[in-house]
Parts: sequence; structure tokens; C-alpha cells
Amino acid sequence: MANEKIRNFCIIAHIDHGKSTLADRILEKTETVAIRDMEDQLLDNMDIERERGITIKARAVRLKYTAKNGEDYIFNLIDTPGHVDFNYEVSRSLAACEGAILVVDASQGIEAQTLANTYLAIEHDLEVVPVVNKIDLPSADPDRVCGEVENVIGIPAMDAPRISAKMGINIEDVLERIVTDIPAPAGDPDMPLKALIFDSYYDSYKGVIIYVRVKDGKVKIGDNIRLMATGAVFTVVEAGFMDASSLVNNGSLEAGEVGYIAASIKSIGDTRVGDTVTNNDAPCDEPLPGYRKVNPMVFSGIYPADGAKYGDLRDALEKLRLNDASLSFEPETSIALGFGFRCGFLGLLHMEIIQERLEREYNLDLITTAPSVIYKVTLTNGEIQYIDNPTNYPDPAVIQSAEEPMVKADILSPSEFVGNIMELCQDRRGIFKDMQYLDDTRVDLHYELPLNEIVYDFFDVLKSRTKGYASFDYEMLGYTPSKLVKLDILLNGEVVDALSFIIHADKAYARARKIAEKLKENIPRQLFEVPIQAAIGGKIIARETVKAMRKDVLAKCYGGDITRKKKLLEKQKEGKKRMRQLGTVEVPQEAFMSVLKLDS
Amino acid sequence: MSTLGIYIHVPFCGKKCGYCDFYSLRYSADAAEKYTAAVIRNLEYYSDRERIVDTVYFGGGTPSLLSAAQLGSIISCIRERFLVDDNAEITLEANPGTLTPEKLRQLRKIGINRLSIGVQSLNDEELQLLERTHTAARAERAVREAFSAGFENISCDLMIAVPGQKTESVERSVIRLTELPIKHISAYILKIEEGTPFHKTGQERLLPDDDTAAEMYLHAVKLLESQGFLQYEVSNFALPGYESRHNCRYWKCMAYLGIGPSAHSYTGGVRFAVKSDMQAFIDSRVQPVYITDETPGSFEERTMLRLRLREGIDLRETGSHREKIEKNIPDLIKAGYIIRRGENISLTPEGFLVSNAVISRLIF
Repeated sequence: MANEKIRNFCIIAHIDHGKSTLADRILEKTETVAIRDMEDQLLDNMDIERERGITIKARAVRLKYTAKNGEDYIFNLIDTPGHVDFNYEVSRSLAACEGAILVVDASQGIEAQTLANTYLAIEHDLEVVPVVNKIDLPSADPDRVCGEVENVIGIPAMDAPRISAKMGINIEDVLERIVTDIPAPAGDPDMPLKALIFDSYYDSYKGVIIYVRVKDGKVKIGDNIRLMATGAVFTVVEAGFMDASSLVNNGSLEAGEVGYIAASIKSIGDTRVGDTVTNNDAPCDEPLPGYRKVNPMVFSGIYPADGAKYGDLRDALEKLRLNDASLSFEPETSIALGFGFRCGFLGLLHMEIIQERLEREYNLDLITTAPSVIYKVTLTNGEIQYIDNPTNYPDPAVIQSAEEPMVKADILSPSEFVGNIMELCQDRRGIFKDMQYLDDTRVDLHYELPLNEIVYDFFDVLKSRTKGYASFDYEMLGYTPSKLVKLDILLNGEVVDALSFIIHADKAYARARKIAEKLKENIPRQLFEVPIQAAIGGKIIARETVKAMRKDVLAKCYGGDITRKKKLLEKQKEGKKRMRQLGTVEVPQEAFMSVLKLDS
Repeated sequence: MSTLGIYIHVPFCGKKCGYCDFYSLRYSADAAEKYTAAVIRNLEYYSDRERIVDTVYFGGGTPSLLSAAQLGSIISCIRERFLVDDNAEITLEANPGTLTPEKLRQLRKIGINRLSIGVQSLNDEELQLLERTHTAARAERAVREAFSAGFENISCDLMIAVPGQKTESVERSVIRLTELPIKHISAYILKIEEGTPFHKTGQERLLPDDDTAAEMYLHAVKLLESQGFLQYEVSNFALPGYESRHNCRYWKCMAYLGIGPSAHSYTGGVRFAVKSDMQAFIDSRVQPVYITDETPGSFEERTMLRLRLREGIDLRETGSHREKIEKNIPDLIKAGYIIRRGENISLTPEGFLVSNAVISRLIF
């Protein structure tokens, strides 16, 4: 098919603003899916995505549309992850498109995430087509929202289609706009192959399936392809596109098209998002711009609650990594928690998703240590170290200076909550940059915040202080010098490695006190008194004591009935398994988890 | 020849106390008669002329509600059907209110040689709260009359940490008890069990807290020991030579046969219990039992029971578990929960108070 009949586009929307519903309507209208085959929100096919209403992994689907001008068009709808953790993946998906549909909720207006992704789309020279959704809601105010789009983003929006994806109102308008407003792809099929990888996943039969946008040249079954960043070479087994439910192997792809390639690739580590696929026998000169290796930003120790499940945890992580090259992990041992893994994540959501999947899909009971960012430490001998695990934090005596990663945070909220948000950001060591009114009732606040202040619970607290209305987005800024200290927690005089963390000196005292209190609440009285201490270096800065238990006895054992004692014995045996033995102290796993949730 | 203890559970009470979670029913003369016949039927069934019975224990309930004649017929039957040792310890639990000089003389006559009297407290307010039907004075009188009637071996029950109790009150009860002509005291920390009226009415809130209860208990232990009543088990104290031989069978995993609804047995290589059902007991030729443990006598079980006794355990008898036990000993000694004399370890009063945790730490 000629390129002028192809439209490659994605949909940008905030959570709940109706991206998936609109995608479903488009699929339905283009008759890609028979209505009876439709499941709600087809594009999101992971459970967690569905429950959280967010899209984690990008997917692409090919649709056929007969426009009002009588011509048939091929639409490639590329679904993008909505969350900042996957910012790079979003940027690669955008790079595969010529246009983006911007879905804005007719009553809620623009949110931080939408804004960030729209700017990203504009940076990639995409044609942005605004669409106002949910016009059926009583609170809808499409004129105001269109004005907001024009003011904030600076694109004309007064004639934007006003639709209800849920009710199926005005969907054709959107389809026509795709035809008229979004440019056809450029690219020369006779040039050497140059295709962008924008997603990949592992299929147990076909190996890794890579999703590509062919920029120049063509690729067909039997071709030898080279993945330029890793240099790996494979022979193409399948090439084709995705309809709404399956892969259609039609043998080849060429410039302008979006599709998939299967080439018996064993490891997802070879197929990096953003990499360029070329023909090994007739390669292009240069890869496509914009590729970078994705590095984890947030780290945490993940341990099985039951030490015997270490092998299960390793298997589960390996399976998850098959589909998620951005997940990194390596074995780690903790004196307190035994054998586990140090895992690296793109961000908070990514971390939560992985933990949740491990617990839900693999039925594992986990103990997770406090999330840490990567600190940059310059030693007195000039050596620079990057520390992602508090255990490895150098002795203060040999530290010349320390730096921590900062983010640029963008918070959109109804104006009534500005005071609360400012208080929160200030409390989290934020530096106020500026504040803009989007309209009479909504503001856009910019802050610089240390990443380590948002890795715990920032988003939860933000939500609760704004009644759920604020939206939040951030991007990395780089490192800034900081007064960091390592806070150790001691039980019965012994440092519990799994509870150590790095914190800004000014906040150490308050947090130390809180942690000591939490631990006191969560460690049951036992045979021996348990002193709980928090220390920086050798200096104790907070202290609590779990008093020794005084009474734990079955006084009576009447008439030779020992069944109760036996039951107790069994219970103790079981209970022991759920406890971590640290020296003479038994610590329930809840105690480890409780210190991660200090504000709740 | 092997020995056996016989336990007869007599599940009759004049009135049930609010804290009690044992199986017992309101007394009726008719039921008592049928019950006695059923006990005798069962003794005949379990009859074993090869076994030396050296302890018999009538527990309840309130066994002293049975007439001397009924109790006498049961004892006679035991003598016919088993080899009863000349020095056998034959105990009857009794409530002060059921004991008259006349009844006491009869009980002594039929061969009962040890009385365990449910005094519980010598503070009238506490007795009322515990829903006991006697007063402190009545209890003291019963003990003195029993001694006069020839009961040389008398035990009294005492309850510690009852709702609203103060340490001084425990102290007064202990002192008054030790002034009586008794040889043995069982001192229990009250525990309110689920399903009892006390549990339902929320008496738990009025209990002294753990720290206070612990202080009361330790204070009582000290007072009792100063009066010569040595603590030989978690809740039991005796003048030397007057330890309850029957109860010691439980802690030493020695055989005992239980007869009566809800009675437990450990004999023939299994632990079993009789259904808590008086009607079924009366109606069946042989009491309906169910097995509670098919493989009793594990190391954990033996050790757990043995460690309730002051005499403790001999490390040389712990076999392959010794290493694990030894490892935990120093911390427990340091904290004052156990003491070690050569190869023997045993719990201290402080250790008894937290014996569940101490034992679990030693053996797991």
C-alpha cells in the first residue's frame, strides 16, 4: 500500500480520561474487532493495568478505515504507557508516529501527565489532534477545556471533536481527523533498512517479538537483521502486523509501516527499546537518533518472607525479566533477611508493579526494604562511587562530598489545595520554581524535589492532601550536593542492615524517632528486653524499648488434658517461621514493612 | 509390673462459676446415681489385674457432691479390678460448702487420703466475684474440720490475679492459707477462657495487667517458699514429700486412665479423651472416646511437660537435640529464666511465668 494511505498515531490521555475506551471505539468503528469479540478495553491486556486503569506496556494494532472520501486507509494505533516511569518508552513510541490524539476530559481538563506527554509529542514533531471526551457528563465544560488546551499547550482546539467514547458519540469525527490532520509517513523503501524498536515482549514459542516502525527500506522473512546497539544478528522468521487479537504474518514490512518481527531471539536483553534494526548484509550508515540505555532509578531489596522460597523468587524475577528488560536484579544477602535480590526499577510505579506481580502472579510473600535512589559520593581520595544500597554507604570519615538526584516536578491541582501542596513540597525539601494559573480554578506548580523524598509515599500523601485531585509528573534533573547521612537501626545493639537508609541530615532525627516508635509498636514483647536505637555513625539519636514479656504461661493443665499445650506448641512452631531471628531478637515481617509506611 | 494413675471426672456442680470452662452439669441425685453406675461399668471394662494403681484422683466439677457411698463403691471397684498399691494416693477435690464433719469422717473411712479443697481466695469480695458459694471463714473451717477428721494430706487451691485484685490481697490469702494445717497449695493465675460467662461479660478488662499479675505471682512464690511450700511445678507448691503424685504423672508422661465425660487418658501408647457428653457416658456400656494423639511422647512433648517441673530435664537425655538446646541456654540463664546445675536445667519462678516462650526457645 502506498504510504499516503497510512496513518501512524498514538493516544495521549491522563488516567481515566478515556484513552482505552476511545481506542476500543476506534477498533469497533473500523470493524477490526467484531463487537461480540470485544472485551472491555482491549488494548490493555495485563491484569494490573486493567485494575489500575493504566497502560504499562505499549502495544500496536493495525486497523482498516474507509474514510468519507471513499478511500481506504491503514491506521496503526500505537498504545503508549501513560506513566512517567516509562517516559523513555513513551518517547520511543512517539517516535514511531506522525501524530497523536490528545484526549482531555471535558470536566477535569488537562492533567500533569497529559501535559508532559503532549510536550514530548510536540518535541517529536507530532501533529497533535485534541479531542474533548466525556461530553455526556453533567459537569462537562468543553468550551473551558478547549480554552485550557489553547492557553496551556498553545494549539488550536476550539474545533476539536467533542465526543463521548463511552456513549460512542462523534467517534467518526476523530477518525476523519486522523485522515485529514495527521501526515502520512515519509521514508524510502529503496534505502537500506532502518527500523525503530519501540517495544518488545517474550513469547514462549516464537522468542522475543519486536515491535518496529520501519523508517526506510524493507524487511522480509529470511533477511539477516542486525540490532545496532547490541550488534546481535538474527534471521527473520516472521514479519507482519498485529490485528486486535493476534499477529498476522504477511512476510514483509516496508518504509512507513508499523509491525512486528520474530527472529528466534532468545533474550529480551538483545532487543532494546529505541534501538535500530538494519539489514546485516546491506546496513544503513547510522542508527536512528535518540537511543539510550534505560537505567534504573530506584532500588530496593526484595526478600522472600519464607527463606525457603528464595529459588521461587529468583524464577519469578527471571520470568518477569523476559518481558521487561528494564527490570534489573542481582542476588543480595542481608544478615537480617537472608537471601534475596537487589532490584532496580525505572521508578516508583514500576517498583510497585513488579512487587505486585510477584505477589499476585507468583504467589510470593515478600519483605521489601526501603526504596533507595542512587547517590553519588566523592571520597577523600577523589574516587567517585555510586551507591544504590545503604549497606554500601562509605564511612563518613572518607567522604569528601555527597550528591543526590533531583527531579523537576510538575503538579496540577485545583487552586484551593495550593497551600497544602506547598506545605508538602517544602516538607520534602522542595525548591519552588514557579506557579501558573491554567484558569480561575486550576494551577500548575513547578518544584525541584530530591528523588529520595518522593520514592516513599509522596504521591499517596499528595493525593490525600488534595482529595485525590492533584496530578503529578516528574523528570530527572541530575545531581546536586547534599548533606546526606546513613541512618542505622539497631536492635539489641546490633545493626539491622535491612533497615538502614540514607537520608538528609536535617530529617534524620524526626525519621529516626518515628521508625523507633513504629518498631516498638510492631515488635511483640519477648523473653528479653529489646532496645531499639537509631544511630548516625556511632551516635544514637533515638531510642525506644520493647519491655520483656512478663507472662506467657498455661497455668493449668487439668486432669492430664495436654491438648491445649500441644496446640500452643504447634502454634509457636508455626509463628517462629514468620519471625526473623536477629541475634536474640525475633522480628515479625510486619515490623520491616511498617517502617516503610511512616506517614500512614 | 507397670503402674497406672486413675482419674475420675465428676462433672457435677451445685452452681457453675463464671470463669470455669471445664465440663460440668448441675447436680441431680438421679444423674449422680446413673453416673456412678457408668463409672463402675467402665472400671470393670478397663479392669487390669496386672497394673499397679498408685494414684486415684477424683476431679471435677465438684466430686464431693457424690455421696460417700457412691465414692466408696467406685473405690471398691478399683480395688477389685486393679492392684491398688498400699500407699496409693487417693485424692478428692472438694468445695468447702460440701464438707461437713460427718461427710469428712465417711470420706476418710472409704479410703480417701488426700483432699484438694477449692478455697481459691480468703477474701470474701473476691470469692463473691468469682461466684464461689463459700466465704473465707467457711473455707478455713472446712480445712480445720478435715484435718480433725484425719486428713493429714490437704491441698488448697488459690487463684492469683483475679479481676480487681491487689497484691496485698494475694499476700493476705497466702499468709492465712499457710497458717492452716495443709501440705500443698495449687496457685493458678486466672485466665479467662473464651466461651465462659466471664469472657462474655468482659471481665477480662478488669484483670490485672501482665506486669501486675507477674508481680503477684512472684510475690506469692516468695511467700510460699518462705513458709516451706516449695514450688515443684508452675502452679504447685508443697511441703517436702507432699507433692501431688497423681499430677506428677502428667508431667512425667506416665500412664493414666481417665473415666467420665471429658476425661483424658494416656495409656496403651495413645492419648485419648472421653466425649464431653454425660448422656452418652451414662447410656454407653463403654465410654465413647476419641484419640487426641496417636503418636504421643515426642521429644518436644516430653520436654515441654518435664520443664513444668522444678526438677527440670537432664541434658544427657536430650539426645540429638542437645546442641540446639545448649546454644540457647546462656541467654536464658543470663536473663534469669533458667538455672543449670551440672547436666540439669530447670526453670526459675520468673522462667515459669513465661514458660511458653522459654520452652519454645529451648526446643525449637
